Amino acid sequence: MIIIKCPYCGERDQSEFSNGGEAHVVRPNNPESLSDKDWGEYVFFRNNPKGIFYERWVHSHGCKKWFNAVRNTSTDEILKIYKLKEKRPEITEFKNCLKSPSGEPKVGSGNFTVKK
Amino acid sequence: MKKKYSIASIVKNSFSNNERWEKMWRNPNPKKHYDVIIVGGGGHGLGTAYYLAKEHGVKNIAVIEKGWLGSGNTGRNTTIIRSNYLWDESAYLYDHAVKLWENLSEDLNYNMMFSQRGVLNLAHNEHDIKEIKRRVSANRLNGLDTMWLDKNEVKDLVPIMNTDNLRYPVLGAAYQPRGGVARHDAVAWGYAMRADELGVDIIQNCEVKGIKTDNYKVEGVETTKGFIKSKKIGVVASGHTSVLAATAGIRLPLQSRPLQALVSEPIKPVINTVVMSNAVHAYVSQSDKGELVIGAGTDGYNSFTQRGGYDVIEETVRAIVELYPIFGKMKMLRQWGGIVDICPDASPIISKCDVEGLYFNCGWGTGGFKATPGSANVFAHTIAKDEPHKINAPFALSRFSDGRLIDEHGAAAVAH
Repeated sequence: MIIIKCPYCGERDQSEFSNGGEAHVVRPNNPESLSDKDWGEYVFFRNNPKGIFYERWVHSHGCKKWFNAVRNTSTDEILKIYKLKEKRPEITEFKNCLKSPSGEPKVGSGNFTVKK
Repeated sequence: MKKKYSIASIVKNSFSNNERWEKMWRNPNPKKHYDVIIVGGGGHGLGTAYYLAKEHGVKNIAVIEKGWLGSGNTGRNTTIIRSNYLWDESAYLYDHAVKLWENLSEDLNYNMMFSQRGVLNLAHNEHDIKEIKRRVSANRLNGLDTMWLDKNEVKDLVPIMNTDNLRYPVLGAAYQPRGGVARHDAVAWGYAMRADELGVDIIQNCEVKGIKTDNYKVEGVETTKGFIKSKKIGVVASGHTSVLAATAGIRLPLQSRPLQALVSEPIKPVINTVVMSNAVHAYVSQSDKGELVIGAGTDGYNSFTQRGGYDVIEETVRAIVELYPIFGKMKMLRQWGGIVDICPDASPIISKCDVEGLYFNCGWGTGGFKATPGSANVFAHTIAKDEPHKINAPFALSRFSDGRLIDEHGAAAVAH
């Protein structure tokens, strides 16, 4: 279970929120000239990194407002929360990470948000 | 195949206090070069290596696993086996697996504890009834043994179920008698043992860090034990498949999410079939040890933590207690999570890709265990022949551009 700080309501339990998937996905403005492959890319393919992930959340059991978050998917640690009108922050590093040889946390090394 | 296990071997080994059992597989150091490398030592990966060696005569194979065999989703699922999927393509694929399951203990001379105790899918409202009856009819046209049971027949099969006095009453169910459960570790171990006998190198505790390609051809894998060359690489890494694919410049339509399960303290036999309910999200079976094995849902966000949120378990347990009031005071022993790779249409991808010699078997999402032997069998064919078997041809990556999706959200029991 993670705690999310809604930029409008403050810290709430994750179960109050719904995840909206990857953030900053832009609908192509030239659909008529896109190939099937490119159109399929836009419809079905989303980033799925183990690490820094830009995503959308909505406080569905609260203020019902959308906002963006940057989360480390290998630990569930939320690195930054920002409103939709704000610019996408550039975050390249995260702390709180037990590194395995490939730079990923060890299997099951867990959820730092919980441990804190 | 060496007959390693028999009553005689049990008696013989009991004299040495069970301390001199032969090792089930070797623990070799990786060679510099292999003909085929399988990334991921779960059931699907080990099975692929076994069928490559046995049915396609490939000699020089390695399976590379970052933990121990079956440490990923093979050892984390709820072991349910069924093939009652809606579309023809899925029915063929999953039933190919069920048919292999039926003889797997014999084929590998290793007890899979495969128990065809039947699988029920409950209907709780008018829409469920229509959807499930449609699926039963589709299954029957494909020669599957699914049937529709009304409420009383469900009650006869599972007397402890509360069918009436709950918010979403049980109105009927689809029933597949050939479905059931198997022992998940045995699948990994059985395939590993026989693959090893056929000369497959099983390399554990060796993490693949990346896939090296040159001009759209694979060259090998970078691992924690050094670079290993190979012209053919099969990636069967479930939740981490898209992470590995990215190292080869390939994008997959997968999202990785935690899926949780839990088991209770062991009790006397009380439920002799598998009961799943999509609508209230509760599924339960009883293991041979007597524990109730309960599957929860996926978390609503991408994560690689192998844990999952508590609210997801709470929701499942709430539904279980309402359906089976008798379980109300039971204690749960353990809870765990695995990372599943979910595809937009809830069907797997068993496919080649734009990089020559790179093959993916992924996207099984919340229901890959049931398909282990079938998936391994057709994936081995795909790698050996460099073209898909007719069963897995529809499960190509190209379906996300030509639109031939195989939408199994209704038949995949876990909502996602």
